[in-house]
Amino acid sequence: MQKNSVLQDTDIEINTDPCANPADTAPLPFSLALTFLIAGIYFGVLLTKAQVISWIRIQEMFHFQSFHMYGVIGSAIITGAIGVQVLKARKQQTITKQAITIRKVDFQKGQIVGGLIFGIGWALTGACPGPIFAIIGSGYSVFIVILVSALAGTWVYGRLRNRLPH
Amino acid sequence: MFDWLFAPWPWYVAGPLLGLTVPLFMWIDNKRLGISSVLRHICAAAFPAKIPFFTYNWRNERWNLLFVFGIFIGAIIATNLLTAPASFEINSSLQTYLAAHQITQYPRGLPTDLFSWHSLFTMRGFICMVVGGFLVGFGTRYAGGCTSGHAITGISQFQWPSLVATICFMLGGILATYCILPFIL
Repeated sequence: MQKNSVLQDTDIEINTDPCANPADTAPLPFSLALTFLIAGIYFGVLLTKAQVISWIRIQEMFHFQSFHMYGVIGSAIITGAIGVQVLKARKQQTITKQAITIRKVDFQKGQIVGGLIFGIGWALTGACPGPIFAIIGSGYSVFIVILVSALAGTWVYGRLRNRLPH
Repeated sequence: MFDWLFAPWPWYVAGPLLGLTVPLFMWIDNKRLGISSVLRHICAAAFPAKIPFFTYNWRNERWNLLFVFGIFIGAIIATNLLTAPASFEINSSLQTYLAAHQITQYPRGLPTDLFSWHSLFTMRGFICMVVGGFLVGFGTRYAGGCTSGHAITGISQFQWPSLVATICFMLGGILATYCILPFIL
């Protein structure tokens, strides 16, 4: 729900309420900031060591020539699902004693149309957004071009959003 | 003894370790893991242009910017400290197919004939990098998430629209692999 727009926010990756008063910035304690930075380093090492950042591995996946990427994504989903179920079964609270909530994702047409568009980009670049940052870190400076292009794509989507079917 | 550290890690080690971040983020601070939204936060911070999609308080998502900065650092560490110089293994039919398109060098799994500053000015390099990057940015936001947001987090939480999105990611990728790449490589 945004100002000047009747179109609901369809972004599943946004964690804060987009309607919240822009002046309200939740504090980010140093310990939490450090935790997320370390989690990022952990994630980046894994993406690199598992060769998820390799265009060749992505091509092998789309050509059905290797199980590797299906194994990585599939086992990540299974582990994640078990973890989520454990949290639910234990009625686990967060470290700061907040209730853990799972917001429902609503279906919208963009998941199909946007999904197909992203899939094409994924095959061409061999990189989904996480690996783009990892590939730059692994020394391929030309991926800065892909990052800038992806930012341009994001911006153009934001600009055209009200005219696209959702 | 530490050879495993320097060799590529198998899927059954890396996959579960990656998946663990989903419950971990929920437990740490009720967060939903998702990387492509960082592109939106950067747009919101740098060029919002009064577009409603970018006028939200991106500062509340600083943690995600830090996470992604960590990914960048993690890749530097893994590439420079945890990688032994070894030849990159590739499926033999893919190798033959790529060789037919004069793609023969792929140190660390990225074909330098395709992804380099020099090839940016070739048609295939331009399409794979500039057009491909644009589609990644446009498509992920239109879909509302990417491989981490929809595939790993969404499906882990049994969100069926995320499964639909993930199937479409795969279909789009297969379409590009069989119907676009053969003509531009």
